[in-house]
Amino acid sequence: MKIAVCVSHVPDTASKIYIGSDGKSIDQTGLTYVVNPYDEFAIEEALKTKEKFGGETVAISLGTDANKETLRKALAMGIDNAVLLKDDKYRDSLSVAKALADEIKAQGAELVFFGKQSVDFDNSVVGQLTAELLGYNCVSVVVSFSLDGNKITCEREIEGGKEFIETSLPAVITAQKGLNEPRYASLKGIMAAKKKVIIEKPALQSENFVEVIAMKRPPTKQAGRIIGTDVSAVPELVKILHEEAKVI
Amino acid sequence: MTLINKIDYYNIESLLSEEEKMVRDTVSDFVNSEVIPIIEKYYHDEKFPFHLIPKLGEMGLFGITLPQKYGCAEMNNVAYGLAMQELERGDSGLRSFASVQSALVMYPIYTFGNEEQKNYWLPKLATGEKIGCFGLTEPDYGSNPGGMVTHAEKVDGGYLLNGAKMWITNGTIADVAVVWAKLDGVVHGFLVEKGTKGFEAPEMKGKHSLKASVTSELVFQDVFIPEENLLPNSRGLKSALMCLSQARYGIAWGVVGSMMACYDTALEYAKSRKQFSKPIAAYQITQEKLVYMITEITKAQLLNLQLGRLKDKNQAKFTHISMAKRNNCEKALDIARVAREILGANGILNEYPIMRHMNNLESVKTYEGTHEMHTLIIGEDITGFPAYDN
Ligand SMILES: Cc1cc2nc3c(=O)[nH]c(=O)nc-3n(C[C@H](O)[C@H](O)[C@H](O)COP(=O)(O)OP(=O)(O)OC[C@H]3O[C@@H](n4cnc5c(N)ncnc54)[C@H](O)[C@@H]3O)c2cc1C
Repeated sequence: MKIAVCVSHVPDTASKIYIGSDGKSIDQTGLTYVVNPYDEFAIEEALKTKEKFGGETVAISLGTDANKETLRKALAMGIDNAVLLKDDKYRDSLSVAKALADEIKAQGAELVFFGKQSVDFDNSVVGQLTAELLGYNCVSVVVSFSLDGNKITCEREIEGGKEFIETSLPAVITAQKGLNEPRYASLKGIMAAKKKVIIEKPALQSENFVEVIAMKRPPTKQAGRIIGTDVSAVPELVKILHEEAKVI
Repeated sequence: MTLINKIDYYNIESLLSEEEKMVRDTVSDFVNSEVIPIIEKYYHDEKFPFHLIPKLGEMGLFGITLPQKYGCAEMNNVAYGLAMQELERGDSGLRSFASVQSALVMYPIYTFGNEEQKNYWLPKLATGEKIGCFGLTEPDYGSNPGGMVTHAEKVDGGYLLNGAKMWITNGTIADVAVVWAKLDGVVHGFLVEKGTKGFEAPEMKGKHSLKASVTSELVFQDVFIPEENLLPNSRGLKSALMCLSQARYGIAWGVVGSMMACYDTALEYAKSRKQFSKPIAAYQITQEKLVYMITEITKAQLLNLQLGRLKDKNQAKFTHISMAKRNNCEKALDIARVAREILGANGILNEYPIMRHMNNLESVKTYEGTHEMHTLIIGEDITGFPAYDN
């Protein structure tokens, strides 16, 4: 079985984000990039599935040469092969999904893992769109995954509870935190990754239907106010929360 | 999930290879998520975090530079150094564990051992399935280990070992001790296995430093060491000192991790703590302190990197290593003290890592050759006059 995992290269969650001079993209100066945190769960699940059932794993990323860093990390964690779909232009989620679906089809992968969302634009749809384009089953926001022959059993998080789902291959699974504990790349893995070639291909081109017209930072936080330091301040606090902040 | 503590004023990053950066970042992630959140508790309770050993092994952090055929990563010395730096950014005790296992146990077995010894021990030490320690220092012989009294005597089928070692990191928990003892007046290395009759390794308690690390005595009373446990290619004190060079190299890098932790804490604190009308970072005296720290960190980083590149070309002399160990340990301790001042009273709390690093660094400055001994080593090298009897 061929297992694919789609990984995106996103700004480090610890970095401070500034808006670029065009007002609709982020300023790249001084930004460090990392593997999208949810994709680490996807990579781990792909590796675990391969360790259990055999097969071959491939990581796919859409973007520029910079994405190679993320692909190298996937290889260092133990993924067998890596494909970079090269494109440096802005793409909406559907356009991303089309390029990924095209490559997944070319790879003949039956099982595909995604992170549940990419923490840069947070659209949370690429996995589902890709499944639709491929005609695969799809389970999103998965916290537990098991495979038995063709049958897939998943647990997914829903508001205030859990949902248990059965489906079958071919399928797209989008990973939520809790699915597993991603391994650290090993030093041997890093050495092995160094010897592997990242296959580069032009990404399938398609039209965008969504356009970003502006980005804005949230309003800056107002300075806090200390009303008191013991219980006697509670009535005043309740009054302010009710009348001024209007939150209770 | 990265939160890389990149303190790099001179863009030294640009001098690193992709693999070197990956090693640093991977170990950094590990330390941020698995070490920093728990280490104060272990330090406080005087316990070593044993549960981390298999993870360190899995990541390949023991014997980083040794050949793949023994289960090691076979990476270069810069990658090894960066890994030590990140571990020590967590805690010197953790780095000490890795240093002992790699430089003082795996390195001598690899360098002075025969093929059976290497095949048996190295893969198990690489995964952390087996733990090692290194016994050189004795109660009466610290800076001059050549005077050691521990000795072996040839008997039928092996040797009889007598004597005692002190201050031995990992002693109590080790499956194998690399013990240095005189045989007919010449120092040799012996592998002493846990549980051998007549061998005890009681833990030393009451440390104010390296509290998250096990330190022990080793006592040998007529311990029979089979012939095959002699490290056949070790001869003279020089063999033991070759191991120390490996470990000192790791320390020179390691303490930069402590420096980074202290500087980072002090800088953030100084920017947010307000006294009088402004943040204390806005006062010139505080700025002078912070500038001192970042300058010393940058110098230490450059010293290490060049040392590592020389070592990879087999051009690093032991005196080069002495210089980096001597300088970096001293500056790390100075930085920890200045950082503590910037935090005022908060600096003494275990809510911040500074005082723990400071206490740890007192040991790190002393072990593997004291500051003074490294001064004399370099002093002799540049003047030609040995200021101590060899
Ligand atoms: C936590 C910890 C872990 C350790 N782990 C190990 C280990 O795993 N294995 C091991 O073998 N050892 C280990 N050591 C021992 C360490 O290497 C020794 O403590 C060190 O070599 C110094 O020896 P000493 O403490 O006996 O000091 P001494 O040699 O007695 O020195 C005392 C002071 O005198 C100074 N001095 C000595 N000679 C001279 C001179 N000629 N000129 C000027 N000044 C001089 C020293 O610099 C020092 O300041 C460890 C020590 C500590 C604290």
